[in-house]
Amino acid sequence: MNCAWCDTEIILSLSWANLIMLEKEEILCSECKLGLEWINGNRCDRCSRNTTEKRCADCMWWEEKEKNESLQFNYSIFTYNPFMKEVIAKWKYRGDYYLGYIFENYLMEAFKENFSFLKKNGFVVPIPLSEERLLERGFNQAKMIADFLKIETKEILTRLHGEKQSKKSRMERIISKNPFFITESINKPVLLVDDIYTTGTTLRHAARLLKKHGCPNVYALTLVRG
Amino acid sequence: MNTIVETITPTQLENLSRIFSGRILLRREIPLNEPTFQQFLDNQYLIPQKSIIKKLLAHQCMRCGNEKKSLFAKIPCSICNKTHLYCRKCIQMGRVMECEPLYTWGGEPPNWSTYKQPCTWDGTLTQGQLQASNHMVQAIRSGEKEYLIWAVCGAGKTEMIFPAITETLQQGKRICIATPRADVVRELYPRLQKAFEEVPVQALYGGSETKDATAQLIIATTHQLLRFQHAFDVVIVDEIDAFPFHADPSLPYSANRAKKQDSTMIYLTATPRKDHQKRIAKKTLPHTFVPVRFHGHPLPVPKTKICFSLKKDLDEYRLPKAFYNWLPKRENSKRQLLIFVPTIKLAEKMKDSLASILKKEKVISSEAMLTSVHAEDVDREEKVIQFRQKKITVMITTTILERGVTFPSVDVAIVDAGHSVFDEAALVQIAGRAGRSADDPIGEVIFFHDGKTEAMERAIASIKKMNKRGGFET
Repeated sequence: MNCAWCDTEIILSLSWANLIMLEKEEILCSECKLGLEWINGNRCDRCSRNTTEKRCADCMWWEEKEKNESLQFNYSIFTYNPFMKEVIAKWKYRGDYYLGYIFENYLMEAFKENFSFLKKNGFVVPIPLSEERLLERGFNQAKMIADFLKIETKEILTRLHGEKQSKKSRMERIISKNPFFITESINKPVLLVDDIYTTGTTLRHAARLLKKHGCPNVYALTLVRG
Repeated sequence: MNTIVETITPTQLENLSRIFSGRILLRREIPLNEPTFQQFLDNQYLIPQKSIIKKLLAHQCMRCGNEKKSLFAKIPCSICNKTHLYCRKCIQMGRVMECEPLYTWGGEPPNWSTYKQPCTWDGTLTQGQLQASNHMVQAIRSGEKEYLIWAVCGAGKTEMIFPAITETLQQGKRICIATPRADVVRELYPRLQKAFEEVPVQALYGGSETKDATAQLIIATTHQLLRFQHAFDVVIVDEIDAFPFHADPSLPYSANRAKKQDSTMIYLTATPRKDHQKRIAKKTLPHTFVPVRFHGHPLPVPKTKICFSLKKDLDEYRLPKAFYNWLPKRENSKRQLLIFVPTIKLAEKMKDSLASILKKEKVISSEAMLTSVHAEDVDREEKVIQFRQKKITVMITTTILERGVTFPSVDVAIVDAGHSVFDEAALVQIAGRAGRSADDPIGEVIFFHDGKTEAMERAIASIKKMNKRGGFET
């Protein structure tokens, strides 16, 4: 087994624990793993940002802007530190699909801890890419994340082709038009998944559309809080 | 090229052959719209070939040569709706997928220009340089497959290759100068343009403006050679021993593929690795040794200074006492100072403790005249320029500046010279940073250590030996 990031060999220490538990093997070596930075301590109960406030200023702004906040809450696992930026860039933009597996265990855990209540009667909906972008990249990173979770995935959103979110300024993002279309109404709660929560605009666009079509509550699980 | 080419004129065909011949490209690297592209396939101007092949025990990426299992992975592909392999090795150059072929030129090869006197450089070569460059020209003329130039740091390798370039262009052939580092491409590009004013030159590196390779004279990073196949009559690989060329098997693989069947490959190095040294000893690799620097002075021989509390000092991000003892006793206090440290962390953290002492010793007048650089430093190019302009007096650096950079007048200190990052080649290269100009042809090189390593001893012995071969008393 070689590290998914640096490709040096990972020497597994054999213990009774991993023999009996048959734990999923780590695909990141211990040194590279140090590069991951978990969000810990106090976080905004709406968007997962590290803050001492109960709810951060951005989320207060969203609440004021949208009379009914469309997103119940977002849970993110990691900070967008320089290491994560590199990993995401190579995974998503260079298209190194395999790197997504680094996050499999962490996503499963985060789901179990925060969203088990959706397991019985909810769905997970990945944020889609436009057809053009999908053909360019060959895969959708959000779909990969969704497939890790032990809950049924429904790809009921489609997306209009536009400029990449990451190329836009903060304001351009927030005032951008809703790029999503819905192909099927759902009257059960939905967990949206995506790789990054940056301004929260994308997720709120999707959430608003889902709610408009009968979805009672929309939550979000994202790998990174940007 | 946005319309379908109904009939292609000979001139157009010649232009197209210059764009595509000698290249091995992914569809997205080919700037043709879909109908034109299809027509090119029908006319067999472009030939598709498998991008990932199955071998007996492994797969192989046909662009980078990768056969390592951990550097292939499967992707459920939204383009072909199948799950298949892709190469993780060369993914920084655009992903090679099993479902997408690589394309090569199937038309006639281009007619390159024949130049009478392409070289506009009016300098003169030293005797050592001249000998090496004559041998290179000879090797090209007689169709020698490989030739190695072993030239000490500061011998003036760039000027030495000008006659080889001239010879190639006079024969109407195509040449590429490849080097492992983009910094070097950027530095050499304007020098080549100036030395060959009438010849179109293109520089290729990650992030370079030019992506096309239509010129007869190309300077590129060795990584860029991944997109070439049977393109060059002469390939000069600079710093053949440098990282990542010697460590990454896909770079020699692609350098080999980039040359034509009948071609000459010239290697330049100041510190040949073992494999080349062995071949030199066995006389299977013809070579020329240039033992003298262009200014005619010997290489500075490093001195060693033992520091008993080195580990403790480094733990506390301090330079050892021996360094501070040496500092006021330098032979020429006007020289700038390069301090090599083994890790990025040390480079960053040593700055503060060093600044106050340098100020006290009046080596610098303000903290702004001290800086540190390393590979992850985004301002690294800017800092190197400032050091060259002498706006910065003292620079702490990792091995990133071990080669390829020239500062006219520096003293060099290597702190913890026994660390494993400082192998023999690195130490010789670092020592070679001193005494680079004719105005100040000597410089001090000090190894601060807490126990001499074999690498240190071999580096010193090898420098002395090179000086001896250059006719200097040691």
